[in-house]
Amino acid sequence: MLKDKDRIFQNLYNDLGSDIISAQKRGDWVNTKEIISKGRDWIINEVKESQLRGRGGAGFPTGLKWSFAPKEVGSRPHYLVINADESEPGTCKDRDILRFEPHKLIEGCLIASFAVQAHVCYIYIRGEYFVDGQKLQAAIDEAYEKKLIGKNASGTGWDLDIFIHYGAGAYICGEETALLESIEGNKGQPRLKPPFPALVGLYGCPTIINNVETIAVVPTIIRRGGKWFASLGREKNTGTKIFCISGNVNSPCNVEEEMNIPLKELIEVHAGGVVGGWDNLQAVIPGGSSMPLIPKEKCETLTMDFDSLVAEKSGLGTAGVVVINKDQDIIKCMARIARFYKHESCGQCTPCREGSGWMWRMLERMAKGEASKDEIEMLGDVTKQIEGHTICAFGEGSSWPVQGLLRHFKDEIKKRNKFDPIVKENKNIPYLVDQHLLDKNA
Amino acid sequence: MSLKRPAKEQPESFEFNSSSLETANKIITKYPKGKQQSAVMALLYIAQRQNNNWIPLAAMKYIAKILDMPYIKVYEVATFYSMYNLSPVGKYFVQVCTTTPCMIRGANKLVEACKEKISENESELSPDKSCSWMEVECLGACVNAPMMQINDEYYEDLNKEKTLEILDKILKGDTPKAGSYRGRVNNEPENNRKTLMEFKNA
Repeated sequence: MLKDKDRIFQNLYNDLGSDIISAQKRGDWVNTKEIISKGRDWIINEVKESQLRGRGGAGFPTGLKWSFAPKEVGSRPHYLVINADESEPGTCKDRDILRFEPHKLIEGCLIASFAVQAHVCYIYIRGEYFVDGQKLQAAIDEAYEKKLIGKNASGTGWDLDIFIHYGAGAYICGEETALLESIEGNKGQPRLKPPFPALVGLYGCPTIINNVETIAVVPTIIRRGGKWFASLGREKNTGTKIFCISGNVNSPCNVEEEMNIPLKELIEVHAGGVVGGWDNLQAVIPGGSSMPLIPKEKCETLTMDFDSLVAEKSGLGTAGVVVINKDQDIIKCMARIARFYKHESCGQCTPCREGSGWMWRMLERMAKGEASKDEIEMLGDVTKQIEGHTICAFGEGSSWPVQGLLRHFKDEIKKRNKFDPIVKENKNIPYLVDQHLLDKNA
Repeated sequence: MSLKRPAKEQPESFEFNSSSLETANKIITKYPKGKQQSAVMALLYIAQRQNNNWIPLAAMKYIAKILDMPYIKVYEVATFYSMYNLSPVGKYFVQVCTTTPCMIRGANKLVEACKEKISENESELSPDKSCSWMEVECLGACVNAPMMQINDEYYEDLNKEKTLEILDKILKGDTPKAGSYRGRVNNEPENNRKTLMEFKNA
C-alpha cells in the first residue's frame, strides 16, 4: 500500500478542512513564487520528467500537451480550460477535489497557466455539481483576497483570472472540443480535429485543456520533483491516482493509490471486498462505463494502469471501478449503460446517434431473452459500424462496453436467446426492411 | 439523444428582476468583449431560478435580446442541455440516478418510492403541484450509490425507507438535510478506512 506521506490529496476525506489556512498548512501555496521564477521551460520539463499522463480518460502525456502551446503569444491570447465535467458513470473523483482540495486545483491552474502563457482560465463544472462549484468559487474568492491569483498573482508578475462555467447536464461536454463549444454558448457538439485546440481552441485561440485531477497534482509534482512522481508506479504509468470503487462492494469508496496496484488489492483491502465474497464476483468495469468489462478470471492478477489494461483490451479511463457480482444480470447492466449512451449522444454523427439506440434496444431484448440467435452477431456488427466512424471518441465509448460484453459473456447471451430468426420462410417480401432476419437456409 | 418539448401554457412575457439582472451583468463580464454569447448557459440558469425552476419561451427571447444573439440559438441551447426544464417541475425537482452503478445497488427502489409518493409517471407534477421526479443519467456520486438530487443538493447512500422519509419532508414543504443517509463521512470507506489514519478525527 502507498505510504500516507506519498499521498497527494491529504484531505480526500475532508478531515482537515478545505479553507485556505488549512490548505496552506498542508503545503499548498507555500513557495509558489519561487516555482514560477524557475521559468516556463523548467516547469514543463519537470512535468515531462514525472511522466504524468492526463487523468481524464485518454491518458495523454501532460508535459507534451503543454509544449504544444505556441512558444510566443501572437495576436490571439492563450487560454487554459479545466475539464470538471465529470459524468462518466462510475467516476466521482473530481467532485472530491473540487470540494475538499480546491486550493491544489487553483494553484495548479496558476502554474499551468504560466507554463502555457494563459492569463484567463475557465473551469468547466458539470451543472449538477452546483454545490461543489460554490465551494470552489469560495476558494477562488479566498485566493483573490490573498492576492494569490488576480493581478500579479502570488507576487510573480503573472496575471491570472479564474472563472467557473457551469455545464447543464450533457455528458458529451466532457469531450474537449464539445466543452469549448459549450463555453462559447453553443450546443455541445464536438468539432473536427485537426485543428487541435492547442492551436485553434476557445474563441479560435490556442487553448490547453486538462482534467481537474491532472492539474491538481501538478503543484505537488513540482515541489517534490518529477523524479519522485516517476518513482511511483511503473515506467510510463507513474504516480498516484484516485480510484473510485463502486458497485457491489462492502464499502464503496474513493482512495488514492499508486498506479499499477493490483485490482484485487483495491477491492479486498480498500473497498472491503465483494458483496458475497470474492467468489461471488462476476465482472469488473475497470475505468468508467466506456471501458470494456473484465471477467472474474482475469481480475485475480490484473494490475491497474494504462498499459496493462490496454493489454487486456480494456483501459484505465477515469479509474472508476464498477464491481458487478453474480447477483446482477450482466446483460441488463450493459443494457443500462447502452441506454446511458443513447441518451447522451449529441446527435451530430449518424452512426452514433442511430447506433446507440439500436444497441440499447437489442440489449434490452437480449436481457429479456427475446432476441433471435443471429442478432448476437448483428449486435457485434453494429458496434463495429459505430466505432471509428464518428467525429469524437463517444462512438468508441458507447460501443466498447458492448464489445466487452460480447467478448466475455457471449455464452450467457446465447443461453438466454434461443429464438430462430424471426422470419422463417424466405418469401419474396420486398417491403421487409429487416432482410437480414430472413433464414438463409429456408 | 433525448427529446424535450416546451410547455403548452406559456406566460406572455418575462423579464429579469433587479437581482437577477445584476448577477447576469456580472457573469457577462467573465467573457471577452464581443463573446457575450458565452453567458447564455448561465443566464438560462438565472431565468430558471427566478421562474420557479423552469424556463418559458419568453425568457429565451428575453435572453437572446440581452446577449444580442438569435432567438433560435438560445432555443437550441435550452433544448440541447438536459438540466434546463422547459415545463413546470414544481418547487422540489427530484432526480433519481438510475445508471448502472446506482442500478446495481438498488436505484429501482428509489424510483418505486417516487412513484408511491409523488406521481405514477416521471416528469409529472404531484397532486399538489409542489414537486415532480425524473430518472436521470449518472450524477457523479457513484461511490455513494444509490442517490438522488433534489434541486441543488445530493442525497446519498439511500434505501427505500430513507427515500420515503425524504419525500415526506419535501411534500410538507421542508428541505431535508443533504448528504449521506447512512451516516458516513464523505467518500471514505465505511468502517474500513486504511489510509490517512493520522488525520481521522484530528
